[in-house]
Amino acid sequence: MPFSGHHVEMNHSHTHDDHHHDDHDHGSELSEAALRVRALETILTEKGYIDPAALDAIIETYETKVGPRNGARVVAKAWTDPAYKARLLADATSAIAELGYSGRQGEHMRVVENTPDLHNMVVCTLCSCYPWTVLGLPPVWYKSTPYRSRSVIDPRGVLKDFGIELPAEMRIRVWDSTAEMRYLVLPMQPEGTSALNEAQLAALVTRDSMIGTGFPLASGTAR
Amino acid sequence: MNGAQDLGGMMGFGPVVPEPESVIFHAEWEKRALAITLACGALGQWPGDRGRYVRECLPPVEYLTSSYYEIWTKALLKLLLSEGLIAPEEWQAGKALTPAVSTKRPTLTEARVAPMLAAGTPYNREVPSPALFKVGDRVRTLVANPTTHTRLPRYARGKIGTIVALQGGFVFPDSLAHGKGDDPQWCYCVQFEGQELWGPDTDPHLDVRIDLFEPYLVQVP
Repeated sequence: MPFSGHHVEMNHSHTHDDHHHDDHDHGSELSEAALRVRALETILTEKGYIDPAALDAIIETYETKVGPRNGARVVAKAWTDPAYKARLLADATSAIAELGYSGRQGEHMRVVENTPDLHNMVVCTLCSCYPWTVLGLPPVWYKSTPYRSRSVIDPRGVLKDFGIELPAEMRIRVWDSTAEMRYLVLPMQPEGTSALNEAQLAALVTRDSMIGTGFPLASGTAR
Repeated sequence: MNGAQDLGGMMGFGPVVPEPESVIFHAEWEKRALAITLACGALGQWPGDRGRYVRECLPPVEYLTSSYYEIWTKALLKLLLSEGLIAPEEWQAGKALTPAVSTKRPTLTEARVAPMLAAGTPYNREVPSPALFKVGDRVRTLVANPTTHTRLPRYARGKIGTIVALQGGFVFPDSLAHGKGDDPQWCYCVQFEGQELWGPDTDPHLDVRIDLFEPYLVQVP
């Protein structure tokens, strides 16, 4: 290590009151993590292994182009188009590609459907596997120790952290993404929304409802 | 390996703290960490499973006290040093001192970013032998504690489950992470009842579905 830092960010501490420290660009305030990344970028750029313009393009992609609005469009189309829904459940990778979403961390997609009797929830206990093409980058809680440890043994407890309680008799199914399949939950369409069009429905679909840690918004609310 | 990455069933980490959808990064350096990791991966010097293995080899205390992008960058540094892309003295000095070595693929340019992300990396492969199991078969997972990379989590070892889907043939992470090639294997979705995994006090309405490779499984009569 060329530098020593003072700030170790805890993996399980997500209040993040102190995040602004990391954003400072003057030396004494830079965290060890920020210094490590800066040193890596400097050396790798000098040696020609990376191109800073390519880094900017990657960041822009996941900040502005590839995110959970993609998945929301998939869900809304499934709600309004029964033939599409059938294709989505039979071959999710192809059906999602019909809408133009394919590629990195979405190569092998599966869509799992919530029903009145079954609630699905997705985790990766071993790392951070997540369907990037339809949901973008995983939120920090998805990669955190509390979520990865508890989802498979106490998913109802995890759901309470999200303010959700399922009926005691409802089956809960947790999908641990241990291989190369990436999972998207197809949530149930909220009641009273049958008159809405696809775009209006997509606005009700939250990221968390497609992971299984939330529900779509009720009609008339804004995301 | 039985590293700190294998978290399923552990307790005491506290509540999950949800965040709004608009929060993507928590610091500028996280953006660079993501992009540098992807750009270095694009050089083709190591498969993704090698990266996962190096991350899980971080000492448990370090793994559990590092944020996820910290884990990525710590592992990336180890890979760059072990592959000779960066020399130890360069890391000490914080600057380039030696010429670059040749890499399997050229440096990722801005123009190649969109096509690379859109293409992804398909992991499906032809498996030379027919699948041993079919949907509905009852299987038991191995009891094994390899010091090498595996995608069979500890909480699902020695457990009985039911095959609910044949996912297809895929590269085998246990081999790929260690320079043994793709070694394609059949991958199955296996359903385990919550009580099989966690005992009789567990919610009877819980099941866990895990994607498992054929070498992890034996048939239950």
